[in-house]
Amino acid sequence: MTSRAEVLGALSGVRDPELDEPITDLDFVSELEVENGTASVRLRLPTYFCAPNFAYLMVADAKAAALSVPGIESANVVLDDHYASGEINGGVNDEHGFDGAFAGETEGPDLEELRTIFRRKSFVSRQEQLCRELLAEGHTPSDLAGMTLSDVPASDSLQKYLERRAELGLDTSEDAPLVVDPDGKRVPEEAVIQHLRFARTVRVSIEGNAELCRSLLATRYGIPEREETTA
Amino acid sequence: MYEKDGEKYFVVDGHGHFWDASPENWVEGQEQYGKGWIECFYGYHQLGPEEYYWPMEKFQKYSEETMMKDIFEDGHVDKMIFQPTYLKSWYKEGFNTIEQNADLAEKYPDKFILNGRFDPRDGDEGLRELERQHERYGIKGVKCYTAEWHNGSKGWTLKDPEAKRYLEKCEELGVNNIHVHKGPTIWPLNKDAFDVKDVDDAATMFPNLNFIVEHVGLPRIEDFCFMATQEPNVYAGLSVVTGALMHSRPRFFAKVIGELLFWVGEDKMLFSSDYAIWEPKWQVEMFVDWDYPEGHEFDDFPRLSTEGKKKILGLNAARLYDIEVPAELRLPEAATDLQSVEPTVS
Repeated sequence: MTSRAEVLGALSGVRDPELDEPITDLDFVSELEVENGTASVRLRLPTYFCAPNFAYLMVADAKAAALSVPGIESANVVLDDHYASGEINGGVNDEHGFDGAFAGETEGPDLEELRTIFRRKSFVSRQEQLCRELLAEGHTPSDLAGMTLSDVPASDSLQKYLERRAELGLDTSEDAPLVVDPDGKRVPEEAVIQHLRFARTVRVSIEGNAELCRSLLATRYGIPEREETTA
Repeated sequence: MYEKDGEKYFVVDGHGHFWDASPENWVEGQEQYGKGWIECFYGYHQLGPEEYYWPMEKFQKYSEETMMKDIFEDGHVDKMIFQPTYLKSWYKEGFNTIEQNADLAEKYPDKFILNGRFDPRDGDEGLRELERQHERYGIKGVKCYTAEWHNGSKGWTLKDPEAKRYLEKCEELGVNNIHVHKGPTIWPLNKDAFDVKDVDDAATMFPNLNFIVEHVGLPRIEDFCFMATQEPNVYAGLSVVTGALMHSRPRFFAKVIGELLFWVGEDKMLFSSDYAIWEPKWQVEMFVDWDYPEGHEFDDFPRLSTEGKKKILGLNAARLYDIEVPAELRLPEAATDLQSVEPTVS
């Protein structure tokens, strides 16, 4: 019989596309029940007016994650306390897609373009985090420009960077260059410092938004506040 | 005016409201949105210091006396730029219209600078309304809230062809300060509503207008920074940045200020309390006392001097709005020659 822990494990693979953190870490999963092959999940967000497109992606991804667990035959994911809960829950659980849920309000192909923009940002941010650690260990920017993925010692930051890199369909083989742009193009040695300066701003923005959203969620639902992260 | 350690600061609060979000003002059948909106604001409110929390009832609707005391008596503010936010789909008389603001602004003409608003979806009628606001109130600025709901539409962007007509009208009238406030919805809804690319395009197309991006584009600070560093007429409105972060997330606040100083520079940052989400008093006091926290992660950000704080707290906004600053509160002559100051990063 499929356990709750297995479904929760699958849900931890779902990220908020803007904040680049698992929805389980962000405390967005408020309820999870697993019974007779059916998973029932409730999600909550920091505000009533959180952007509906990202909310939709999380609900849809949570449903797909729950269904990916062997033994789960049906999954019902409900977003609570959101201005567009009705449209989003209906769209995901009845499989109308975002376009169907918000008929007449969208243009072009569903949400994939939006998802790609944020995957690129996540990639840039994770690369900067990894490079920052390597620089702190004594590598120079020009070392980084010459390094391949196999030159980087194993770490949590490397793991996350490789995952983001793979999501964009970029080369993750051992001899691939470490510092590449979101299109996979190697960043030349003379451009590495500036590349990382831009990347830092992206990381500060993503991490900061995550901090702000944690604060708002804590305020909204009376959750005890965590210490501020200081990375 | 705020005085600390022998230094005097002229304070312009760049973004304040006088709103009515009480249940009596909710549109029938749309109550959940009127309620949801003010509850959302109340969540932000609680990111300020606890001793400044208001009860929800007061937060929904506060009196003129409360506002005047919080801002000008206790809050150290010399002038406030009064920004309207209509939201008439949710609030019968509007959340905070130019008329509501004008009641106070006309009563205390030396305290407020009254801004107007436009929404390009109002067509020709809206253009005439913009002219009326200029003629009636002599506005020098407008606030644009791009996520406003309007007849089934959930928002707009400055890229819309209609918006161009309005910006041309602003230029013609001398309404030079365009405060842009992004929100979570837009048309089309499947795109990133917080994207500031439209501001970039408008700023290039209208070099004589100033674009003040409220809450520095949060949650797209990075896109805002990369854009503002290239556009001489784009400014950072610090609404929400000081209110939501300085107290509750000081280390992140320091990084955001550091990034803004690096990309945008202290000559293009404008303090705003975003009253009544937060009161200006603690924000002004804490900002004057502010410095980077301990830790090497802040080492390579530009420092912020007393002079820089004076610019951000008031002198920059005074420049944009032609506000007369008392001689004793100005910077020494050389330092105020801001026209010659280049952006910090090319």
